[in-house]
Amino acid sequence: MTDTMEPTPSISACPACIATPSAIERAQAAAAEKGARIMLSVPDAHCAVCIQTVESDLEKMPGIKSARLNLTLRRVSVDAEAGITAQMVADRLKQLGYPAFELDPGTLSMTETDKQGRDLLMRLGVAGFSMMNIMLLSVAVWSGATDATRDLFHLISAVIAIPTVAFSGQPFFRKAWAGVKARRLDMDFPISLAIVLATAISLYETFNSGRHAYFDAAVMLTFFLLAGRYLDFRTRAVARSAAQELAALEVPRAIRIHGGEEETVPVAQLKVGDLVLVRPGGRIPVDGVVVAGQSELDRSLLTGETLPVFTGPDAVVTAGAVNLTGPLTVQVTAAGKDSSLHRMADLVAVAENARNKYTTLAERAARLYSPSVHLMAFGAFVVWMWITGGDARHAINIAAATLIITCPCALGLAVPAVVTAASGKLFRAGLLIKDGSALERLAEVDTVVFDKTGTLTMGTPEPVNLGDLPRDELEIAAALGAASSHPLARALAEAARAQGIIPARLEDVAEVPGHGVQASWQGQRVRLGRANWVGADALDVTAAYLAVGPRAPRAVAFADRLREGADEAVAAFKAQGKRVLLISGDVPGAVGELAGRLGIDDWQAEALPQDKAAAIEALQAQGHKVLMVGDGLNDTVALTAAHVSISPASALDAARVASDIVLLGQSLAPIPQAQGVAVRAVRRIRENFTVSFGYNIIAVPIALVGLASPLIAALAMSASSITVALNSLRLK
Amino acid sequence: MDILAVLIPVSLALGLGGLVGFWWTLRRGQYDDPEGDSQRILRGDYDEHPKA
Repeated sequence: MTDTMEPTPSISACPACIATPSAIERAQAAAAEKGARIMLSVPDAHCAVCIQTVESDLEKMPGIKSARLNLTLRRVSVDAEAGITAQMVADRLKQLGYPAFELDPGTLSMTETDKQGRDLLMRLGVAGFSMMNIMLLSVAVWSGATDATRDLFHLISAVIAIPTVAFSGQPFFRKAWAGVKARRLDMDFPISLAIVLATAISLYETFNSGRHAYFDAAVMLTFFLLAGRYLDFRTRAVARSAAQELAALEVPRAIRIHGGEEETVPVAQLKVGDLVLVRPGGRIPVDGVVVAGQSELDRSLLTGETLPVFTGPDAVVTAGAVNLTGPLTVQVTAAGKDSSLHRMADLVAVAENARNKYTTLAERAARLYSPSVHLMAFGAFVVWMWITGGDARHAINIAAATLIITCPCALGLAVPAVVTAASGKLFRAGLLIKDGSALERLAEVDTVVFDKTGTLTMGTPEPVNLGDLPRDELEIAAALGAASSHPLARALAEAARAQGIIPARLEDVAEVPGHGVQASWQGQRVRLGRANWVGADALDVTAAYLAVGPRAPRAVAFADRLREGADEAVAAFKAQGKRVLLISGDVPGAVGELAGRLGIDDWQAEALPQDKAAAIEALQAQGHKVLMVGDGLNDTVALTAAHVSISPASALDAARVASDIVLLGQSLAPIPQAQGVAVRAVRRIRENFTVSFGYNIIAVPIALVGLASPLIAALAMSASSITVALNSLRLK
Repeated sequence: MDILAVLIPVSLALGLGGLVGFWWTLRRGQYDDPEGDSQRILRGDYDEHPKA
């Protein structure tokens, strides 16, 4: 249990590794079993009634001491006695109509984030209050205080400003110092230089009864830039904690058969040679060989196939597949780092290297900004030294005024403000931006690639040709289907029930794991199951086969149900003039059918993970910017290779980690909207740069000729900051 | 101008008071859920004393 205090490892380092969470996460999950505090994500909570319903209902549950819903983070925190598991709370919430996900119980990382946020907020608060007080004194000086009064006011300003700058400016100083040590010039260096120089020169002027002191400007600069820093932090923190939450969704445990007894152990403790029991409905935790049992495996998350695959003794199974019909005993051949999931990690690493680092608009602007500001200030110093014949005090004053007046507020405040506004808007629409630059990349997209199974479709089949069956066979099929837990059988039974079909009366109903269900009906043997077991010819679409006595077997074909909003999303992207592609690992029949239904002309079937990534790389080599939407492990490489990627919250961890944006709701409809928001956000960012550039064009010459008074500096700085902040808020 | 001797300490004290107040609200976690708090204010079920 000592592992529980370790920080959660970086989630972006190796997306595919996440599919088998590290030992630390497993240990944390085990610790959570002991109870106390349970955290759940409740993405659908949005109103006062939700608070009322969730809190009062959970508190009625035995064993729960208190529950509190945080509406900002859409998260409920439950104080529970031992024995209450997150799953129980999640089930209760689901009954109430709020789907909930279990969150990372290691709250350590979360409190760490909170602490950082509060720290920044405190520095921001101190800067704000000091700014107001100094401004009060500065206004008196500007409106005509002279001599001893002015010096006194400057002195009091200094007493307030110096501790404030020393405390509130620390985030900039620290980063600037780190930048200097690493021999690179980033935004924090000119910021720190401006703050320190303004404070130092004002202090000098104060003691020499000078006319101008820039204490207000130094503190104001700190305040505005800290506001930007805080917004930036908030966006990142929300995204990061949510991403961590999603990563903790799957709690990996396995049933080990040890000395004839079943015991539940963390997957990390499994060793090669162990016997593991996988019940129907369970996910296979390791790579291994089946030693006993027959069943069918759903490998859709691994390969994109919708059709379950038969498995029996001596068959090789891979971690991640879902066992459907019969219990399987699997002997472990590779666990943890050696398993096939980790082979995917290599592919992802290759794709990540290939993805050239994206430089955001702010970074590009900062690269231009830092050197030009320093050159300008230094130039002003040199020229004024020459003009005044060596009056260093005057020259430094002008250089400092130039540094202050070119305040990088548009860079430091405008971009975070736009990104915060845009990600807030998208969060309410059910999209979680994991990476700030994702918004800019999303705005550039001109090609959209969809995965099929689990992305455009729900991964749940529906029978399509029930009408072809005679009534009596339909009744038999309904009865047989109801006897099995196989997804196709269940879907068949459900569809029959929906049509009002009364199941036939059957005898000796028996499920043959891995094959199907059989029974006797009026003395005849009836079977529903795989083609070869029933005695039919297999079709190339997903189908179940029905044989009634000596009659010719019939095929019931299935199509995957479309995900909500899939057709809208495809139509909207096409209306925007974007190219839409469908690349799937499934068979051509199923893929072509879906492509036809959605009106996608470009489709590719039976694509291996590498093929998907290669297709995307080929498109990008032609100069297209590709948005990839996918959910499976087989999509991970493609998601990493694409310019920007989105995965639904139901996707496998690895896919969610590899993508830049996570879709929290069920519907795909918000994706084209998100693209629109991204385009508008980038437009706002550009506008903000233009606005602040405009201010500088007016203010910099004034500073350079030596006419900038502290009043003008304060006006220019606050006017430009407030303009860009207001412009950013227009996005709402 | 003697009034300054009173006004300046008063204004500084007020500013400091505001800062301490801000520090207190921050410590009490009052900025953790702004959206939820704006909805909770309309609820009538814990008028006697707020829920922790």
